[in-house]
Amino acid sequence: MLLAIDTATQAVTVAVHDGATVVAEQAHTDTRRHTELLTPTIRDVLREAGLRPRDLSAVAVGVGPGPFTGLRVGIVTARTMGLALGVPVHGVCSLDALAHATFAAGQTRRFLVATDARRKEVYWAAYDVTDEGVRRTDGPDVARPAELPGHLRGLPTAGRGTELYPEALPHALPQLDVSAGALATFVTGALRRGESLLEPQPLYLRRPDAVPQAERTPVTP
Amino acid sequence: MSDATTDEPLVLGIESSCDETGVAFVRGTTLVGDALASSVDEHARFGGVVPEVASRAHLESMIPMLERASAEAGHRLDDVDAIAVTSGPGLAGALMVGVASAKALALCLDKPLYGVNHLAAHVCADVLDHGPLPEPTVALLVSGGHTNLLVVRDIASDVEELGSTIDDAAGEAYDKVARVLGLPYPGGPHIDRAARDGDPEAIAFPRGLTSRKDMERHRFDYSFSGLKTAVVRWVEARERAGEPVPVADVAASFSHAVADVLTRKAVLACTELGISDLQIGGGVTANTQLRELAEKRCAEAGIRLRVPRIRLCTDNGAMVAALGSQMVMRGLPPSDLALPADSSLPVASVQA
Ligand SMILES: [Zn+2]
Repeated sequence: MLLAIDTATQAVTVAVHDGATVVAEQAHTDTRRHTELLTPTIRDVLREAGLRPRDLSAVAVGVGPGPFTGLRVGIVTARTMGLALGVPVHGVCSLDALAHATFAAGQTRRFLVATDARRKEVYWAAYDVTDEGVRRTDGPDVARPAELPGHLRGLPTAGRGTELYPEALPHALPQLDVSAGALATFVTGALRRGESLLEPQPLYLRRPDAVPQAERTPVTP
Repeated sequence: MSDATTDEPLVLGIESSCDETGVAFVRGTTLVGDALASSVDEHARFGGVVPEVASRAHLESMIPMLERASAEAGHRLDDVDAIAVTSGPGLAGALMVGVASAKALALCLDKPLYGVNHLAAHVCADVLDHGPLPEPTVALLVSGGHTNLLVVRDIASDVEELGSTIDDAAGEAYDKVARVLGLPYPGGPHIDRAARDGDPEAIAFPRGLTSRKDMERHRFDYSFSGLKTAVVRWVEARERAGEPVPVADVAASFSHAVADVLTRKAVLACTELGISDLQIGGGVTANTQLRELAEKRCAEAGIRLRVPRIRLCTDNGAMVAALGSQMVMRGLPPSDLALPADSSLPVASVQA
């Protein structure tokens, strides 16, 4: 039994996967209340699946990129659950999770994922589509949408970037936020194929914007 | 939970409101395991705590601290009767890391969760050193983040603020004065060391909010912004005149001004409210002049003074676990799993 969570986009999303299928999934799209919503949502999803936390055998978490505060809530929750339950914790690039959902929904050609990075920027990555699934070819990175190269901006685009910057990213796909169900399906497949996943470490892509203190210069008269 | 465990509950406490990641186990009023990671060195070159840097450090330290505290206590996480966590006040992004982790523990271990007030937890730390708090007690909290004068009638449920700083926290003033004296961050310990060789009466720095008019409007409030500016002006005037700056005298006189106004108002609160116990907490409690002056003035006024050892005065998980334990012992209902991190949680909300 795999629990999957993601807090890198506007959604707080949680799902349980039994190895064959997603057995329960819930999402809230209240971007400001990740701390409040995440654990109660996990409790509710487990209840819906008729499970107790101890029934879980692994936890998967989206590691971003995404707004830092929400991202950390998801990652620390996943890591703590791993410690408390004695189960492994796997990380997945949240943009990849969104790409897998886009592929699962029938996308057949190259596309872009662009999510809200605040400060007039998007987190983005580009994907090729093959028979087996998607493959990331560029990114993840952070940029002003209008400054992305034209060949990327012209691609069909999943993620809230299209909603926020329709002029720069005009070809909107319907997938806006990460779905934990899609993330869980991807992780289950990767584990079955023996592929390695990421450590549950945040993909910040930005440094903290703090300026080191200058030498003190006394005021002159 | 059975009555037997309510007598001496084993509580795990998590603190992440500023730059220390603290996790501790407390049984009843006994500290049994205590782990602390600090990001203070990472903030030094910025001259103050950078919230994003602090939040990143909390995320990296949380699991190692849970493991270390658990090993030190000789308890598995599963052994605890309850989880307590600082839910405010503090830096929002920092608080969220601890709150999210505590909730995950509460859910996975199926234990009650107590969201506690950071300021009340500071006061409660002393039960680990000196046993049950006398109630009522007046409490003075002084650190880089807070300067509060409180009256505590019940540590788990009834804490009232008498006053607080209207501008800088006392600890911030130490950092700024240290900087102007060319001493490293954080300023407190360096000023304390420099002050030992200085004359506390050498320079008459101002005592904020002590004029007759201020004592009407701001009887139990503090202000350190004017003092800080006065010190900076004094030092710069010396520099302009090409004279050497007497670092020890400036440090001693500044420190004395801080200790004077802090203890004067705290003792006044005790006398006016007819309360004969004063407790001091927070990182600035490490300051020699503050301790000495508090001891002297309390002795003169017939007030019993309690000061926990310094390790318990700075931010830590032990104080959070200690307060959670008090709540469990009183049979208070736990907090909801939807507990938020509240950066401006008022001190009157002892439990969130
Ligand atoms: Zn504190």
